[in-house]
Amino acid sequence: MIEVVDPGPLALVEDLGRPGLAALGVGRSGAADLDSFRLANRLVANAEQAAAVEFVLGGLAIRFRRTATVALTGAPAAVWAGDRAAAFNAPFAVRAGEVLRVGRPERGLRGYLAVRGGLGVAPVLGSRSWDSLAGIGPPPLRVGDLLPLAGDVEGEPSVDVAPVPWPEGDVTLRVLPGPRADRFAPSALDALFGGDFEVTADSDRVGLRLAGPPLPPAPGARELPPEGMVTGALQVPPNGRPVLFLADHPVTGGYPVIGVVLTADLPRAAQLRPGDAVRFRPTARPAAGVAGAARAAAASAARSPRPPHG
Amino acid sequence: MRTSELQVLPCGDHAILVELPDLEDVLALNAALREHEPAGLVDVVPAAQTLLIMFDPEVTSAQRLTDDLTHLPDEPPATTESAPLEVAVRYDGPDLDAVAAAAGLSAAEVVERHTAATYTVAFTGFAPGFAYLTGLDPRLVLPRRDDPRTRVPAGSVAIADRYSGVYPRSGPGGWHLLGHTDAVLWDLDRTPPATLLPGAHVRFRAEDGRR
Repeated sequence: MIEVVDPGPLALVEDLGRPGLAALGVGRSGAADLDSFRLANRLVANAEQAAAVEFVLGGLAIRFRRTATVALTGAPAAVWAGDRAAAFNAPFAVRAGEVLRVGRPERGLRGYLAVRGGLGVAPVLGSRSWDSLAGIGPPPLRVGDLLPLAGDVEGEPSVDVAPVPWPEGDVTLRVLPGPRADRFAPSALDALFGGDFEVTADSDRVGLRLAGPPLPPAPGARELPPEGMVTGALQVPPNGRPVLFLADHPVTGGYPVIGVVLTADLPRAAQLRPGDAVRFRPTARPAAGVAGAARAAAASAARSPRPPHG
Repeated sequence: MRTSELQVLPCGDHAILVELPDLEDVLALNAALREHEPAGLVDVVPAAQTLLIMFDPEVTSAQRLTDDLTHLPDEPPATTESAPLEVAVRYDGPDLDAVAAAAGLSAAEVVERHTAATYTVAFTGFAPGFAYLTGLDPRLVLPRRDDPRTRVPAGSVAIADRYSGVYPRSGPGGWHLLGHTDAVLWDLDRTPPATLLPGAHVRFRAEDGRR
């Protein structure tokens, strides 16, 4: 059992989420920075689906009722176990009765605390993730919450320290254009790939809301019927300001998606905080993958006229 | 699947977006995918004219999945022949008069038309258990509100575009609110938690004492 002494600005329970439930209108959710989440579990030799704490901008304080092995990953900050200094990206022990405290990170947004065994809160629809848009899962942590520990382990911790370089300077995210790039004016792609964007204060786990050059629609583009959305989608509402969808994005949306950020770049996106600058650059499609589909689409389009939109 | 009707759009590195002529084709492809699940399929999101197919890039690729689609046998659309679910509605919504004015009808005529139709759950999304119901009277087709509400109460019965729907939980929303129901359409203690699943039929019934 661990006790929340201070959740800081926001602390959540997250795991790998709940894929496969879109037919119910339920999205995947799960840890926003999956790389950091997975690393934290690996450092304490948890099973990959073990639940961990995802916290924003440090400030977390947790009292341990019994001695446990823990690991912190993500936005690096100072950390203490009782009065002993500890470090990110390395497993360490917190003794029974001690309080683990995390300071405020200088860069980055989200930290992860994995405790050996994983958090044992009750799963909802097969996952221990809080989905902030759907309001499903264990609610945000509050002072005094008691979290049981589970037995989601795989072997014994063996890694002493996992060096994680924190990226310096401006972040550039790689984007595959489409599926609706054709709904934008040609200048919109130039603006997306040439412009400087800033993460605004109303960003959250649903998405990064970005300020920058507007991405105008193609002249005469009609309204789209709602369609499925993926994590990483750059959806552009009529105001022309893109939203980069993160873990808790809606299952469907009614605005066109100009491009999709590569899965490998999403952990970095999830570490951007309000005021951070971000750029986008186009990337080639995987040779045997989407390129073939695009060719098939072109061939298909040649045979059958594109259906009109509602 | 007749490949001439498939249009596959790229959607990042772990999904494809398949465009189809209409909702019936979407539901048919959705049913075929459930019946003959290709390797590496992670999730499928049916919508009005599209099916978003998410895959595990370590197992399959957009190209292989596209090939799999063209080899799927045709399945009948996933509609159920069971009696429609009846939802009792108090037509006292804040947008009823505005909808009536926009449609050139009286409020009573809006209610009449809204209760006369039998609806089909086309797809869900936007929020857990939120079902897009097709079958709306064409006179009631209106674009979404210009000014979405930040909070729509749970149970609100609403229309937008070609759809009707019921907000299963309170939350933001841009649809026109005609009334509300006490029916619980989303309950995590039930399996499945959503009452309105794709293919199900729904009718609305006006409860006495409206307005």
